[in-house]
Amino acid sequence: MTQKLELPDLAANLIAGARDNEQVEICVSRNRSTTVKAYSGQVESVRSGLSEAAGIRVVVDGRQGFASAGSLDHQVLNQLLDEARENLNFAEPDPYQGIAAPDGVIPPNLDLSDPTILQITEDQRSTVAIELEQRCLDSDPRVKSVRSAAWSDGWGEFALASTSGISVYSEGGSCSVGVQPLAVDGDETQIGYAGDAARRTDLLDLDRVVSEAVEGATGMLGATKPESKQLTVVFEPSVAAAFLGTIAGALTGDRVIKGRSPFADRLGEKIASSELVLFDDPTNIESLGADNHDGEGLATRKNTLIDAGILSGFLHNSYTARRAEAQSTGSAVRGPRSTPGVGIHALCMTPGTGDRNDLFAQIGSGVFVRGVNGLHSGVNPVSGDFSVGAYGQHIKDGALGAPFREATIASTLQRMLLDIVAIGGDFEFLPSGSGVASMAIADVALSGT
Amino acid sequence: MSMNVNSPLVDREIIQNVLSTAMSNGGEWAEVFVEDRQSGAAEYDENRVEAMVSSRDLGAGIRVTVGDATGFAHTSDISPTGLNEAAQAAAAAARGGAQITPIALRGSGTAESRAKILPESVPKARKVELLQKTDAAAREQDSAITQVTVRYSEGRRKVLVANTDGVFEADDQTRTLLSVNCVASGDQGLQTGRETVGYTVGFELFDDHDVESMAQRAARRAITKLAARPAPSGQLPVVIERGGGGVLFHEACGHGLEADLVNKGASVFRDRIGELVAAPSVTLVDDGTMGVEWGTIAIDDEGCPTQKNVLIEDGVLTDYMWDHLRSRSAGRPASGNGRRQSYQHLPMVRMTNTYVTNGDVEPQDIISDTQNGIYVAQLGGGQVNTATGDFVFGMTEAYLIENGEITAPLREGNLIGNGPDVLQNIEVVGNDFAMGSPGTCGKDGQGVPVGDGQPTLRVAALTIGGTAS
Repeated sequence: MTQKLELPDLAANLIAGARDNEQVEICVSRNRSTTVKAYSGQVESVRSGLSEAAGIRVVVDGRQGFASAGSLDHQVLNQLLDEARENLNFAEPDPYQGIAAPDGVIPPNLDLSDPTILQITEDQRSTVAIELEQRCLDSDPRVKSVRSAAWSDGWGEFALASTSGISVYSEGGSCSVGVQPLAVDGDETQIGYAGDAARRTDLLDLDRVVSEAVEGATGMLGATKPESKQLTVVFEPSVAAAFLGTIAGALTGDRVIKGRSPFADRLGEKIASSELVLFDDPTNIESLGADNHDGEGLATRKNTLIDAGILSGFLHNSYTARRAEAQSTGSAVRGPRSTPGVGIHALCMTPGTGDRNDLFAQIGSGVFVRGVNGLHSGVNPVSGDFSVGAYGQHIKDGALGAPFREATIASTLQRMLLDIVAIGGDFEFLPSGSGVASMAIADVALSGT
Repeated sequence: MSMNVNSPLVDREIIQNVLSTAMSNGGEWAEVFVEDRQSGAAEYDENRVEAMVSSRDLGAGIRVTVGDATGFAHTSDISPTGLNEAAQAAAAAARGGAQITPIALRGSGTAESRAKILPESVPKARKVELLQKTDAAAREQDSAITQVTVRYSEGRRKVLVANTDGVFEADDQTRTLLSVNCVASGDQGLQTGRETVGYTVGFELFDDHDVESMAQRAARRAITKLAARPAPSGQLPVVIERGGGGVLFHEACGHGLEADLVNKGASVFRDRIGELVAAPSVTLVDDGTMGVEWGTIAIDDEGCPTQKNVLIEDGVLTDYMWDHLRSRSAGRPASGNGRRQSYQHLPMVRMTNTYVTNGDVEPQDIISDTQNGIYVAQLGGGQVNTATGDFVFGMTEAYLIENGEITAPLREGNLIGNGPDVLQNIEVVGNDFAMGSPGTCGKDGQGVPVGDGQPTLRVAALTIGGTAS
């Protein structure tokens, strides 16, 4: 049909059509991905596709309009520009509204594109998916089946150009695996999950995925409802990441300027235990969230949010920075289908020392939380109320004990930060891009019987 | 009414040809799913329209099956070339099997919109007025309301499904929604209150629903919570207000009755058809044909007409929900529950509108019969582990019940229970059925619109995830 233009050219061509009084920003992407799932020793499904996306933002006199589409078709892109122009007529002027201006910060120049991802074959994908399932079945006789064993890989290109002179392009790929074994004992079934993701296939740790997933299922067999009481909880790294992600959300410029954060007016104050050092660092290539540019094309940078318990900064995109009379922290997050928000790229904490068992020994008694449910329904980042479903294992006499389930843990975000009593040395980067370790929080209400 | 210049999203001959390409490697069954989605949204925040946005998606997903194996490819290029390339990619992933000739397509491949007023035909200025009116009503309710966010969204989704069994069906789905979120400031910090109205209708939504009273309800909810105390911790009887807690059944047993999870042994309801799985007062239905409810669709995303499926009747498990693949291997008809988020996704078994039917008790009697417990007026989202049946759901508006009366408001929190236990522990079901707020159900990374509903009812015990002892 139409000849495929390179993304930066495509974006630049559209920017050339901007009118004198307009600020225009164009975001385009092209991604291809393949997912193979195995079941019962066979390939269950192969899903592949090429997707395209474009988003155009136009700002005139503080009014913003936006339109997006799942296509890079020439005609569609021109329609988008018109639609964004029409949409802005209905927005009310906001003196702070506008696209980002170059700020002179040099991007970290990370090489995030490993071309070996492009050479993965159909055979490799299905072999790994089938192997993942089989290894779960082989590793423990109580694993009777595997709900899903999946391999995915993808490659994406992204370009952004604007009338303020920003023009960035990036490409890169990643691969991932995930597996959900079912462990059965009598009438009881427990499901486990583990996954990994990397920019190169040989960086995937299948051994760990299998052992974590199987242990997640078998370790929960025989779990009972715990007694209700106040105690110390130890969050597994993925749970710690979910908790800290909620905290970071409350430290974004968007929430802060609109007064929707319990921490909005607490800059420079102690809001957390001095154990906690929390920062967002997309310049660290170890994280899958690493990137050279943010969602407005500005250089990414390391931003410290909490330093030894002191609230030391908020995250901003160019809009929230203008309103807060601050500088953008390169924290615009968005795909081509949405206007830039503010958020984390690669949230990280400074780990403690010792292994997980040292942490249990230090705590003495409490519960080890392996997973939480209902983060979207039981946590209110405006009021700070925190209440989630939890499962895991008891900690007794400084060591892991029997499993528990069907319980909730509750406190407030504000209190939990201050109640952090220890941070583990078991630091890891998760597929989400977060770099986290286990953490212990005192005085949390566990509800069960 | 008829403005019939209606033609299929892709011509019959082209589709027939693409299906043949899809079967060229010896597939046993193939399907073409074409989707054209247009949506618009506006957000009103801090007393002004923050952004008005629009979006467009057009593409196709092609599926080929051989035995239990599926090949699937999606493309945003629905030209004959683009479709045939995707068909070849899908065929390459599912080869072997007998050579089967596709059956000639029957059906019109067209559908008329059921919306009375297509939202795209309404001037954007009217949508802005609506946002302003809603915002003003919330702010006027009380000076403690310091912030109001109003979101409007409209979406029109045209789908065409064709397969080698001869299916050539279409649907034209329009959904319109308005939500308002209020923040109230008090001595003890901030509280939020939310209300949403959304149906599978066009802009006539606002002829039938008064946005101002909805805004007032959201505002009152936030104000009430300013005086809220921490919820208790531990097990208590829970009364759930009509329409406020259908999500409980969606999570407690709905997901566990999806045949894909059942087949893989990942459901506590496996092998339990014909058994008493709930209190005899419980009849649970999933119904995709239900009026203009949020989960209503004429056909599912596999071209199967939706229907009313009784899942639990008087406490007895009668059936699971089915999609094409799972029903075919079980040798039974599909139930109209094969859904997908978009053309880029493989369909799987999903709920539509899931609800518990009326009992015969007056709701007031349910409350006055409860000595001490929790009254939940509005539930938030939930999540379930289908293997164990353990599920959580958030309470966004709840009160204590003391001596048979609703008393102090409670802060937000999650409740946790076990699906099979909770179903057995439903003590009493009211006679005041209502559907609840529109929801989005997430499963394996795909979100689809769903509805739920229930009359006022009481569960003997649920664990309340609060902090007060």
